[in-house]
Amino acid sequence: MDEALFEFCLRMGDNTLVLGHRVSEWCGHAPVLEEDIALANTALDLIGQTQFWLGLAGEVEGKGRDADALAFRRDAWDFRSVLLVEQPNGDFGQTIMRQFLFDAWQSIILDRLKGSSDDRVKAIAEKASKEVAYHFERSRDTVVGLGDGTAESHARMQAALDKLYPYVGELFGADATDREIAERGIAPLPADLREAYDALIAEAMVEATLTLPDSRWTHTGGRDGSRHSEHLGHLLTEMQWLQRAYPDARW
Amino acid sequence: MYAQMVKSTGQGVKPREEMSEEERHFQDRVDAGEKIEPKDWMPEGYRKTLIRQIAQHAHSEVVGQLPEGNWITRAPTLERKAILLAKVQDEAGHGLYLYCAAETLGVSRDDLTEALLSGKMKYSSIFNYPTLNWADIGAVGWLVDGAAIMNQVPLQRTSFGPYSRAMIRICKEESFHQRQGYDIMMKMAQGTPEQKRMAQEAINRFWYPSLMMFGPSDKDSVHSAQSMAWKIKINTNDELRQKFVDQTVPQAEYLGLTVPDPDLKWNEETGHYDFSEPDWAEFYEVLKGNGPCNTERLEARRKAWEDGAWVRDGLMAHAEKRAARTAAQ
Repeated sequence: MDEALFEFCLRMGDNTLVLGHRVSEWCGHAPVLEEDIALANTALDLIGQTQFWLGLAGEVEGKGRDADALAFRRDAWDFRSVLLVEQPNGDFGQTIMRQFLFDAWQSIILDRLKGSSDDRVKAIAEKASKEVAYHFERSRDTVVGLGDGTAESHARMQAALDKLYPYVGELFGADATDREIAERGIAPLPADLREAYDALIAEAMVEATLTLPDSRWTHTGGRDGSRHSEHLGHLLTEMQWLQRAYPDARW
Repeated sequence: MYAQMVKSTGQGVKPREEMSEEERHFQDRVDAGEKIEPKDWMPEGYRKTLIRQIAQHAHSEVVGQLPEGNWITRAPTLERKAILLAKVQDEAGHGLYLYCAAETLGVSRDDLTEALLSGKMKYSSIFNYPTLNWADIGAVGWLVDGAAIMNQVPLQRTSFGPYSRAMIRICKEESFHQRQGYDIMMKMAQGTPEQKRMAQEAINRFWYPSLMMFGPSDKDSVHSAQSMAWKIKINTNDELRQKFVDQTVPQAEYLGLTVPDPDLKWNEETGHYDFSEPDWAEFYEVLKGNGPCNTERLEARRKAWEDGAWVRDGLMAHAEKRAARTAAQ
């Protein structure tokens, strides 16, 4: 089995799965009807991307597990989602800031994956990058609008940034899997994306009149599964419940 | 369609000899099947009745996100989750263009939202019932959307242009939702004993509330008579309810599910099913706010609106700043 590629696909797919789940929690509770629509649409795209990434992971693994088996029948320690996407929704400001910080990263990596040496990875990136370009444009506009809005919206967005920025660094980690995947030309080394990422968010923060924290210190443990957040277990409890309670059922 | 007991003028249909010249001309256009557009002259009663009806429908789409959203995070497969998300997204979209249609009549979406949250305006009684197992999501698509379509299909021919056009678009999506709901029911009804039980419980709980969606018999209602003369209501509630029962019973039989009505039987003479009326006392209680979920549905919507105030204010303030900066350049 191609362990490195399997791991890479899980990292991509678990991020979109967990974030898609989080965003879908907003259904019917958004600040304005247009946001209900946009959040449902974003969640839908992310779940669609999950089907591709976890589908490919199952194919690479070759043990007969499909995307659903990987999504609904793995325990938390086998998940490879970054801690950023596991964070609870908080207020709308935290949700949209989390989305922005993730969208910026995803837009960069997907763009690079369009040149992947693996055709299957390339095909997923081609499709997903179109969706993510739109997600990024929307989350960026909203972060800018709320950062440079009222005193209250500014304060809330700054608080959201301060809270979530310490989870950003994990997206750029580098371990043996990352190095192998990069050497084989499947994906760039995550650390190599940092400069473009920093430029992208710095520019938006100026417009949003928000201040990036000085410290680059980061929480880690999600993308290698060594120490997930406490939140992930609860999220999976809810998400996986039907499949776990009725393992023989087909839905 | 999610409008029930929409009040009209309360006066009955105005006789032609009592109409002003404008009213006569208006009625002639309606009778000839012409579309009334927002800038056209219209009787005040027509405008008010339409606002009530369209807004009630819009509110229903918005509140209707809640019982379905209740299962998005627990949907059993990625595909089911995606389908449900797409459906809820469609419904929020329906809400949006219905509010837009109402706005052409001279009300604002914010006013209508405030009226919903204060309890002054209603949404369909059906969304005050809980979704308790996964088959309920199938039943909502099959029965609730099925009942809605019964009303919406004729409303595509309604006299008010923006409403008619909104209905044409909504109907396409709703019939898709109904098929998806039925597809869930098929899987459940053909599944494990536990899944069959979920499916039967879902129809047990949703059958009568679905029949209530059409509203009580309105054959003697003055409101309905005026609305029908104006073509903002096309069929009577009883006609639509009968049509729904006739269509749905064979579908339930195909699924191997029992409709929870011991008196349900095919009537050779009429060519329709005979069926039991829902408990109208329960219906009126739900309208008054005493349904199983009225309190929490409205609380959820109020909380969303109040918690979201800073977001709406922030984005408005930003738009004003940007406009001022552009003007200064």
